[in-house]
Amino acid sequence: MTNAMRTSAGTVTVERYQGVRADGRLRRLWNANAPGYLFLLPWLIGFFGLTLGPALISLYLSFTDFDMLRAPGWVGAANYVRIATADPKFASAMSVTLTYVVLSVPFKLTFALLVALALNRGLRGLPIYRAIFYLPSLLGGSVAIAVLWRQLFASDGLVNAALSHFGIVGPSWISHPSYSIYTLVALSVWQFGSPMIIFLAGLRQIPQDMYEAASLDGASKFRQFYKITLPLLTPVIFFNAVVQTIDAFKAFTPAFIISGGTGGPINSTLFYTLYLYQEAFGNFRMGYASALAWILVVIIAIFTAFSFLTSRYWVHYDD
Amino acid sequence: MTEMTASVTAARPPSDITKRSLPATLVIHALLIAASLLMLYPLLWMVSASVRPENEIFSSTSLIPSSVDFSSYVRGWTGLDISFGRFFWNSLVISLLVVAGNVIACSLTAFAFARLRFAGRNFWFAIMLGTLMIPYHVTLIPQYVLFLDLGWVNTILPLVVPKFLASDAFFIFLMVQFFRGIPRELDEAAMMDGCSAWRIYWKIMLPLSLPVLATAAIFSFIWTWDDFFGPLIYLNDMNTYTIQLGLRTFVDSTSASDWGGLFAMSTLTLVPVFFFFLFFQRLLIEGIATTGMKR
Repeated sequence: MTNAMRTSAGTVTVERYQGVRADGRLRRLWNANAPGYLFLLPWLIGFFGLTLGPALISLYLSFTDFDMLRAPGWVGAANYVRIATADPKFASAMSVTLTYVVLSVPFKLTFALLVALALNRGLRGLPIYRAIFYLPSLLGGSVAIAVLWRQLFASDGLVNAALSHFGIVGPSWISHPSYSIYTLVALSVWQFGSPMIIFLAGLRQIPQDMYEAASLDGASKFRQFYKITLPLLTPVIFFNAVVQTIDAFKAFTPAFIISGGTGGPINSTLFYTLYLYQEAFGNFRMGYASALAWILVVIIAIFTAFSFLTSRYWVHYDD
Repeated sequence: MTEMTASVTAARPPSDITKRSLPATLVIHALLIAASLLMLYPLLWMVSASVRPENEIFSSTSLIPSSVDFSSYVRGWTGLDISFGRFFWNSLVISLLVVAGNVIACSLTAFAFARLRFAGRNFWFAIMLGTLMIPYHVTLIPQYVLFLDLGWVNTILPLVVPKFLASDAFFIFLMVQFFRGIPRELDEAAMMDGCSAWRIYWKIMLPLSLPVLATAAIFSFIWTWDDFFGPLIYLNDMNTYTIQLGLRTFVDSTSASDWGGLFAMSTLTLVPVFFFFLFFQRLLIEGIATTGMKR
């Protein structure tokens, strides 16, 4: 500082600095934060314009009778009251969706874990198996696969053709209200590839020397699995369970294609999101559909909160 | 990220103390091969049905057609009023634009979160993670009304523009994880030399992040290519249809009559995804493993 003051140029700098101190503080604030916010700008615009704003508006719309034709009219909690007390379609959509979640997620995860365990220990041909098992996950979301599924489980479809070799005459799985949901569960379980890959990655994080120590102590394979593998894998199981459950709540395309957009037969594949879609874009009951959307959020939030709260009792974190 | 990548791809050390006995290994291979066949059977059957003579499709569970016949492809391609070529073109344009939007916007956002210091960073990061949890149904209706008022319905804009505003938080998260694994010394040194944040992003981060950018690009492409819900809502004019909408229309219009054409077109829509699977499988698998493992 003293050095700088000795030269005339330095003095000028100091004077100017003192003269515009308030301005300088702003400038420093700007310099420190501007790059960050500039980089964040597209996301911020998107967040306010496409996420937060619309979410608030949809919350408002859920208390109105908005139908796209007239301006939204306030109806108080009427939409929610009707959903809770006087909407049989909501009740059946809820039960179909819960059935789907409760059946597809555990089966899918069990399958994924079993295959990951089989593949884990330096099995020859691992990359090939892993690729084959992963392929359905990658293709599964497309309409083509839903179309294929529709054919597989039709009355003259591939499944029944295979059953007929054993002398069994199968029903039309797709168009039978008691079976149709199971074809969708099967489609979901068939796509066990991505949780399997996450399990494989998790298994590789388990230190090998734990097993060495355990087998030196004479622990059986089963005991090793139960006492080492499973506890150390609980964070991954937890992650997969949460992600898969949320995905299952949001499932749409297969039910839409397989039922031709109706959710039939007799609402047996009327997934929650399909019902929401019908209300919003079929009947243009936008206010009512907004209420349905918020109920979905609340259900997912309750489920997630519940998972995280119970996780401390069964998920093993070593940090 | 780097250690994750290494552990995913690295082969297991050969001296595995818990190595299985030979019979056990054989049983496991037998089971896995059986499972693989079961998994692939429907797919292979569909491909074989698409080249089968029409009258043979339902009579056979075998995978090998008696004769190969590509007429289903010709019939399917022109089976609707507008040819599938149009739908493929539409899907391609949308998917490529989404790839560009996601890669550009998400990498900018991820760079800010991973590397720049600014007031409120942790707050915004938490918000961004929160948006990962929100189902899109909540914003769906107001967004639809907004895009309708803007005159964007029946254009590709509602499907593309949000991606340029980093609406896919999943990719931001993926990239933040990767950026954090790049040694900080690199950009600190550059900062000392007076490099601007932009230059660090452009000259240091992006070139070092090609794997994660490629992963995001491929997933963006596949997910957009497969997307059904977005196009279903925003595209009502058949000229703007994507292949997924085209297929769906084909199902509704021909139902029981032309399964051959339907399977042929279904197979074609899967080809690009299969291509990515074949050539970029490792990137995809690492991408999934990474997001699943690191919290």
